[in-house]
Amino acid sequence: MHSYTYRKRTNTLMLALCVLAVALAILILLLIFGYVLVKGIGSWKAAFFLNLPAPPGEPDGGIANGILGSLLLVAVASGIGIPVGIGAGIYLAEYEDRFLAPTVRFLTEVLVGIPSIIAGIVAYALIVLTTKQFSALAGGVALAIIFIPVVTRSTEEQLRLVPATLREAGFALGIPKWRVITGVVIPSALGGITTGVMLSAARVAGEAAPLLFTAFGSQFWPTGITESPVAALPLYIYRYAISPQSDWQAQAWGAALLLLLLVLGLNIMTRSLARSGMKRGERR
Amino acid sequence: MSAEVKSSSFIKSRRQTIDEFQPRITGTVRYGDSIFHGLMFFFALLILVMTGLILWQLLAGSSASIMHSGLDFFMGTRWSVGDDVYGALPVIYGTLATSALALLIAVPLSLGAAIFLAELAPGWLRAPVSYLVELLAAIPSVVYGLWALFVMVPVLRDPVQTTLSHLGFLPFFNADIYKPIGLGFMAAGVILAIMILPIITALSRDVILVVPQSQREAYYALGATRWETIKDVVLPYARAGIIGAGVLGLGRALGETMAVAMVIGNSNAISASLFSPGSTMASRIANEFAEASDLQRSALIEIALVLFMITFLVNVAARLLIGRIAGKRAV
Repeated sequence: MHSYTYRKRTNTLMLALCVLAVALAILILLLIFGYVLVKGIGSWKAAFFLNLPAPPGEPDGGIANGILGSLLLVAVASGIGIPVGIGAGIYLAEYEDRFLAPTVRFLTEVLVGIPSIIAGIVAYALIVLTTKQFSALAGGVALAIIFIPVVTRSTEEQLRLVPATLREAGFALGIPKWRVITGVVIPSALGGITTGVMLSAARVAGEAAPLLFTAFGSQFWPTGITESPVAALPLYIYRYAISPQSDWQAQAWGAALLLLLLVLGLNIMTRSLARSGMKRGERR
Repeated sequence: MSAEVKSSSFIKSRRQTIDEFQPRITGTVRYGDSIFHGLMFFFALLILVMTGLILWQLLAGSSASIMHSGLDFFMGTRWSVGDDVYGALPVIYGTLATSALALLIAVPLSLGAAIFLAELAPGWLRAPVSYLVELLAAIPSVVYGLWALFVMVPVLRDPVQTTLSHLGFLPFFNADIYKPIGLGFMAAGVILAIMILPIITALSRDVILVVPQSQREAYYALGATRWETIKDVVLPYARAGIIGAGVLGLGRALGETMAVAMVIGNSNAISASLFSPGSTMASRIANEFAEASDLQRSALIEIALVLFMITFLVNVAARLLIGRIAGKRAV
């Protein structure tokens, strides 16, 4: 039907388009990172990291409470999310039953994809409305709702990767099941589990939507986990970016650079650790 | 005390045997196992409880609005806090329109990238480039929004939209009512496309990699070119997975909040014109929830309920299409 030349040319054209598609994706990545780097680094001075925000127009405003607030929120979210997530992951991987395990497995797979703002609404209804207060607890709970399904899924996967022979060796020695899990299986999967936890923490650190009406943001230092609204890096980025003040917009870029470095850095670090861990495992 | 070998059938499961073995060997009952099992069961149960809480709060919070607006919620176009009129059709339209645009842009690009990564890339290039594409998925939404607002929108305003407005006879590029300002459906669609691209690419790449080499080789043996093999053998074989990847990307696009809220212009318009500002369900909630009055808040929660159900269904559909290949990604 088509001449060989036509087919050859179509082939070259389509393959070139595919290369173009990838090049475009990489180009966008570089553009984003480049712009954030260049526009953000200009805001990076000592006052930026150490000071509380100043009114627009006043110099030396900073986002220090946002940095602390983000750490606080991730800590609360992890404090709630790590036990529940890992525990549920252990249950799904090591214990099987007819109802709870399949249901929870299905729910976590689907909960991973829900919009994060819905987590914020739930935390608002459960905590902000009852305590009549925006707080780090509310923000942390909202983040935990996002955190838990991701950690559960990754933990279950990592535990399933541990060969059955390891468990059976433990049982053969007469070790109780729970000691096999905690003493043999989990240490064996610990690298992967830690990776999953850190990647999830990096993800929730960057979330702004669930914090909009739970942590709410603040111009002051947090006074406690339940007593006051809390600032956070993503909230600063959002609020400053849409503001008309140019010095605030500059701070938005600075905060974005910080957040991007933290999140990407964590991603890169955990993935390279995971890779070297796997190589070590293969040599054993 | 002798450890009796159970003369049971071979089919008896390992775990069942162990659990029954323990007391007979030692003569004592071990509590560690039950406690640990109970504890892990409790954590798993918490996830079930959490899901129940989400549903309960969404339903309870939106009940006032459901009773107030009824069906007008889905068909009304007016959203007025002062008059207590809450018609959500504009935000539903906005969500669907921006997501559709995002898919339209992202799927061809993602497919191309996935084909490159799975079929064309030399071995040494595949891992680093995949890694870079996946790094796009790690960028927080607000950073995307910030970049879109200050870098992408000006470029959209001029030259992209000014050029496209010459095609104003098409309803999509109609510049009569909405002068191109850069913000609007197009900006939201484009940034959403960038955001869902890594997900669709990674999943499609995984699915394409699973296609058996023998299928390709058979077609090569018939004299096909590489592209013909991809088009006629690989893609049809991987079709379900690729559609699933697209559906998963759709799910992400539907729920995306921050980047969209920053570039969509936040108006209540329904318009085919891509230059028009609008709102999505998530952006409406993000903009109004913090200072909402009671009925307004209930209406916003009703929006959230609808959004939750849509994304739930979309994610279920995606999982069914992809099966377990999606498991690797902590999306």
